Amino acid sequence: MASKVLHAIFTDDDILMQAVKALREKKYSINEVFCPFPVHGLDKALGLPGTRLAITSFLYGLVGLAVSTWMMNFIMIEDWPQNIGGKPSFSYLQNMPAFVPIMFEMTVFFAAHLMVITFYLRSKLWPFKKAENPDVRTTDDKFLMEISVNENNVQAIAEVLHENGASEIKLIDNK
Amino acid sequence: MYTMSSKLKLFSLALIIVGAIGLIYGFIDAPSSVEDVKEMLHAEDAAHSGEVAMGSSGADEAAHADEHAEHVFHQLQNKPWAAIYVPALFIFLISLGVFVFYALQNVAQAGWSPVLFRVMEGITSYLVPGGIIVYIILLLSTLHLNHLFIWMDPEVVANDVIIQNKTAYLNTPFFLIRAAIYMIGWILFSKLIIKNSRKLDDEFSLTLHKRNFKLSAMFLVFFIVTESMMSWDWIMSIDTHWFSTLFGWFVLASILVSAVTTIALVTIYLKGKGYLEHVNNSHIHDLAKFMMGFSIFWAYLWFSQFLLIWYANIPEEVTYYVSRLEDYPVLFFGTVIMNWLLPMLILINSDFKRVNWIVIFAGIIILVGNYMNFFVLIMPGTVGESWFIGIPEISSILLISGIFIFTVFSALAKAPLTVKHSAFLEESKHFQY
Repeated sequence: MASKVLHAIFTDDDILMQAVKALREKKYSINEVFCPFPVHGLDKALGLPGTRLAITSFLYGLVGLAVSTWMMNFIMIEDWPQNIGGKPSFSYLQNMPAFVPIMFEMTVFFAAHLMVITFYLRSKLWPFKKAENPDVRTTDDKFLMEISVNENNVQAIAEVLHENGASEIKLIDNK
Repeated sequence: MYTMSSKLKLFSLALIIVGAIGLIYGFIDAPSSVEDVKEMLHAEDAAHSGEVAMGSSGADEAAHADEHAEHVFHQLQNKPWAAIYVPALFIFLISLGVFVFYALQNVAQAGWSPVLFRVMEGITSYLVPGGIIVYIILLLSTLHLNHLFIWMDPEVVANDVIIQNKTAYLNTPFFLIRAAIYMIGWILFSKLIIKNSRKLDDEFSLTLHKRNFKLSAMFLVFFIVTESMMSWDWIMSIDTHWFSTLFGWFVLASILVSAVTTIALVTIYLKGKGYLEHVNNSHIHDLAKFMMGFSIFWAYLWFSQFLLIWYANIPEEVTYYVSRLEDYPVLFFGTVIMNWLLPMLILINSDFKRVNWIVIFAGIIILVGNYMNFFVLIMPGTVGESWFIGIPEISSILLISGIFIFTVFSALAKAPLTVKHSAFLEESKHFQY
């Protein structure tokens, strides 16, 4: 019976949080929680490690800064120097203030777009992807908690869930 | 209840005494006649005499040297005045900025900050002594005791068409009246709002809460207009020919970032002494976010002003930057590093914003950087190339910070460090990021 899971439905995010805390206190492991909206503090209550998305964003920003510097140097200094307003067109550094808005925008552009793409890849989201949530109601107003169980603890876990306000509890085969 | 420790009292008094002695020395040390300056310049020339060798005619050179000596004489006479004016204005504006931040919390009905209200109220108390000091300096300037503002000198105005066109606004009586209106307005609003906050300690009343909301909103409107005009009057008019339309914003950015930093530093100090039991690291985190955000806002305005003037390259505008780039290159670019680059890189990490010593480290960089910012705003128009951060400058900082520390911490001791009744107090106590 190793491949069985419990699906518990909750109707309120506060009750869900309470149940998560109660289960974690008893050292039962929660596979996944499906929510219709982000629940503040749920990641910490589940003990999920902190996101590293911000670090990637910072690195992408640096890439954008480098690309824009190279790009403006190539376009405006090396390939086709242009005299705009009498500004020095033969030195990147002396003409740099004019390029700062571009460097800034490219930094933001790279950081934002690549971060979103990273997020999609990391969450395994792509076009035509089939939905993973086991119950359509989690896209509306219900919260679903999925817990792996075995013969020894299924009863105990179900009781904890019941005590903590689960409105439905289902035992199903894990796919 | 907080009581100012005798150590801190002694420390602030020591700062005041050392600062006052140094400043008096600065005034005595300033040359009293053109002859002194000539001697001084001569000695300097002699020191690197190898380079002095010119073929121009003697009379011409002598006349030129005389003119130069007189020029340097005026700059050096201004030096101690400018030295005290920079920190006096800067630290006064910090306390004003703290009060603005406090009013913003009231208007935004912020839930995170009520446990910090008393800290903000304490720092706001410096508005009165700080305002008096700044007003006295401005008054003495109008009495021609110094030449910080060249437009106050009738001889200069008589030979200057550009200033003549501005005399409808830039004249001494109107200048003093405006300064009085700003200061009385700010102080009056701060007294009223703080009085209501103290009354709320006795008993919660929705009427008082609403009254403070309305007063704060009115103050913010009054502030944004007067702050802009204040920055033209007290800072921009030093470089009388030059003007910038975003100057008020630029000064505002500097004020806000220094103000939030000061709140953070005082909060961490009090927390370290075991007070402010409801302040947790999420409050520090929020303050650090504001520090970083306003640093970037400052850099945005600094660059916006620079880019347009650099690109347009109009002679009457670029002189402002030419004098700064030629005579103050280290400070000029140093402000960008200290007010934007370093705070951004230090505080960009979410976890670092919750670590007290990192916030203190970034805060000190921001405060020094913004002092430098005010220095670069005021000094080029008053002492020009004769600037130097020496005894009068450092003593002025010590003197004013001594008065600031003494006023703020004795004001903090006058009321419980946490407000007793505020509509959002419970939320603030349990604030968690």
